[in-house]
Amino acid sequence: MLMRPTAALAALFFVSTSPLALAAEKPTDPQIAHIAYTAGTIDIEAAKLAIKKSKNKEVVDFAKDMERDHEAVNKQALDLVKKLKVTPEDNDTSKALAKAAKEERAKLAKLKGAAFDKAYIDNEVAYHKQVDGALETLLIPSASNAELKSLLETGLKIFQGHEQHAEHVAGMLK
Amino acid sequence: MRPLLLAPMLATVLIASPALAATIEVTIDKLVFSPASVQAKIGDTIEWTNKDILAHTATVKGGWDVMIPAKSRGKVTLKAAGTVDYFCRFHPNMKGRIEVAP
Repeated sequence: MLMRPTAALAALFFVSTSPLALAAEKPTDPQIAHIAYTAGTIDIEAAKLAIKKSKNKEVVDFAKDMERDHEAVNKQALDLVKKLKVTPEDNDTSKALAKAAKEERAKLAKLKGAAFDKAYIDNEVAYHKQVDGALETLLIPSASNAELKSLLETGLKIFQGHEQHAEHVAGMLK
Repeated sequence: MRPLLLAPMLATVLIASPALAATIEVTIDKLVFSPASVQAKIGDTIEWTNKDILAHTATVKGGWDVMIPAKSRGKVTLKAAGTVDYFCRFHPNMKGRIEVAP
């Protein structure tokens, strides 16, 4: 389960380092905007599922934090692309992220109680780690617009906080 | 502000009339309280300015809870002496401290 998003991002790195895909080495700003927005939407949808399914206060509070923060960041991202007149562009990374997330949600939907809580939080830890890694090593260095870069950097700060928060909740579930 | 305020405040204390309350500013930027630790006196107000696009709180376990909306402010007036550790309920790794003198 934890491997799926990893696989998606690994595929992204594989493609980006493949000599056959030199042109795709760096995502463009419209692609970066799409990837960042997609990644946020995925976490909002996971949070909504957790708010609906979980009975654990810590887990529900965490999920509400994820929903609130990712919606705020995504709103900021939409405002920025509008201002910059950039149209987010769908791409293989976004598609791979969305596909992995759909599978993850289907798995989570079948779980209940403590098993759900653990699977959701463990995935949140892994997912934020992967997204933070992608922001740091690929998306931020590739962004050419200064405002987009700055928003991604703010996002990284926020998501690193989420990662620590998720790890804290994971520790409490043990 | 503080060095300027200090002299009249000391004078007030010396003549034993009610102390002049000060407002102490704390900024929140990219999920960090800055300064992370401040010194205050009973009656002083702490005012947080949130530069982030996210809502935050300044919360003391078993004590006060201040909402600080995105791009906005929140404040609390200190009513008890002692050191208080506060955090953000939404981002529990954000931490701050206030040392409140009587």
